[in-house]
Amino acid sequence: MPGGQGLLFLLALFFALAAGLVGCFALMKRMVLASDVISHLALPGLGLAFLLKINPLLGGAATLFLGTLLVWQLQKKTGLATDATIGVVFAAALATGAAVTPREDLIEALFGALQHISLLGFLLGFAATLFVVLSIFLLKDRLALSVFSPELAAATGVNIARIDLYFLLLFSLTILVGLRFMGTLLASALIILPAATARQLTGKLSHFLLVSSAAAVVSVFAGFLLNVLVLKLSTVGPTIVIFSALLFGLSLLRKRT
Amino acid sequence: MANPLLSVTNLKIAFGSRVIIQDLSFEVQRGDCLAVIGPNGSGKTVLLKALLNLVPYEGKIRWSNAARLGYVPQKIAADRQLPLRLRDLLEAKATVVKLPAAELDQVSSEVGLTEELLDTSIGHLSGGQFQKALIAFALLGQPNVLLFDEPTASLDELTEERIYELLHSLQRDKSMTLILVSHDLTVVYRYANMVLCLSKGKPCMGPPKEILTPEMLEDLYSAPPKYYRHIEHH
Repeated sequence: MPGGQGLLFLLALFFALAAGLVGCFALMKRMVLASDVISHLALPGLGLAFLLKINPLLGGAATLFLGTLLVWQLQKKTGLATDATIGVVFAAALATGAAVTPREDLIEALFGALQHISLLGFLLGFAATLFVVLSIFLLKDRLALSVFSPELAAATGVNIARIDLYFLLLFSLTILVGLRFMGTLLASALIILPAATARQLTGKLSHFLLVSSAAAVVSVFAGFLLNVLVLKLSTVGPTIVIFSALLFGLSLLRKRT
Repeated sequence: MANPLLSVTNLKIAFGSRVIIQDLSFEVQRGDCLAVIGPNGSGKTVLLKALLNLVPYEGKIRWSNAARLGYVPQKIAADRQLPLRLRDLLEAKATVVKLPAAELDQVSSEVGLTEELLDTSIGHLSGGQFQKALIAFALLGQPNVLLFDEPTASLDELTEERIYELLHSLQRDKSMTLILVSHDLTVVYRYANMVLCLSKGKPCMGPPKEILTPEMLEDLYSAPPKYYRHIEHH
């Protein structure tokens, strides 16, 4: 693997670790669909960045975080169910994104590309994933209480609105790291699939977190190798997601506890 | 009496234009067992939530500085899919409120949670076990006031009896103050030394013998059943 792709591979492994952890709580919060949508929030930004010839990640980050705040505010203010909020924002983001993204760049925006990354890009991505992993570790008890019962969590002193916002932001940050090589369509897959796999295998919080991140890391590892050594596609997202889905399929063989 | 544990003055709680509680004032002394009664929709649960600062309200709710609150909500519709064991849940609270690990063991043995139960997924607990779990959850952090919403709704009689014995012993041994919402007037007679009844008319408070007169009860529960059902859906 050439140097730049080696860094990308390493970053992808860190991304997997973060995605596996974030996915556990996304699954418990029943916001798995939300994850799909949040990743699409990056699309208009990516499109605009392609048009303006600036770094796509900057554009993606801008609309991703604005959109995340919008979802959070909509949920808090309107009392709409999360799925309704998400339906609205999803449609708007995808349509705007498809309209502004130049045709030749659309595939890359949707499915990601196997590009070289600079050392700076790698370090920023690494710092972001490290931040996500540490935050989840620090917040896991508050998150667990808030998914069990928002009311009991609040009575215990957990600020529910704030913890929801933190989680959405961690979620978006994770997506942002994965955006480059997974694309807006597939970045969220690595958040959803490993967590669903882990849920099949364990009913204990610590194991759940562990198995989910392990499944994500294995998927990225296998997906990268298959692509670089055999398929040589221009993007690595599909093979990673296929492995991830395979692991989920295997997990179905075991009876749920 | 000086320094009540809790004093509530001119409390008003409304959701939008729907006023649930207004002009409510009362005090709770240390060691009291206050039962809150009233027909469905009279705001019993909402009152508890206001006391816990979980819903917005107008007026004054003042807890003494010494008060440490524990809350046992009405049965939670726990998501059976959650990969959480009872132990995960109790440990999460212990971490959030920074308790020593030993307290978890102590509370578990007080409430009668076995190691096996602690390692059971919350979705697999029976109604009585779950209620015990919620009590243990509330007892972590050594509260001296327990707010208890319908402690035994949907439990069988034997389990119900045990839960009340547990509460009673907590009150006796730890001089815990209890505020409980209950539909069950036998329970109110047996355990409460004060009764607060919420009704659409004027709320009233006093010892059970003074408050639970036949006239008062008829007044409290005399609205046509249809009306109750209508309110329940909100």
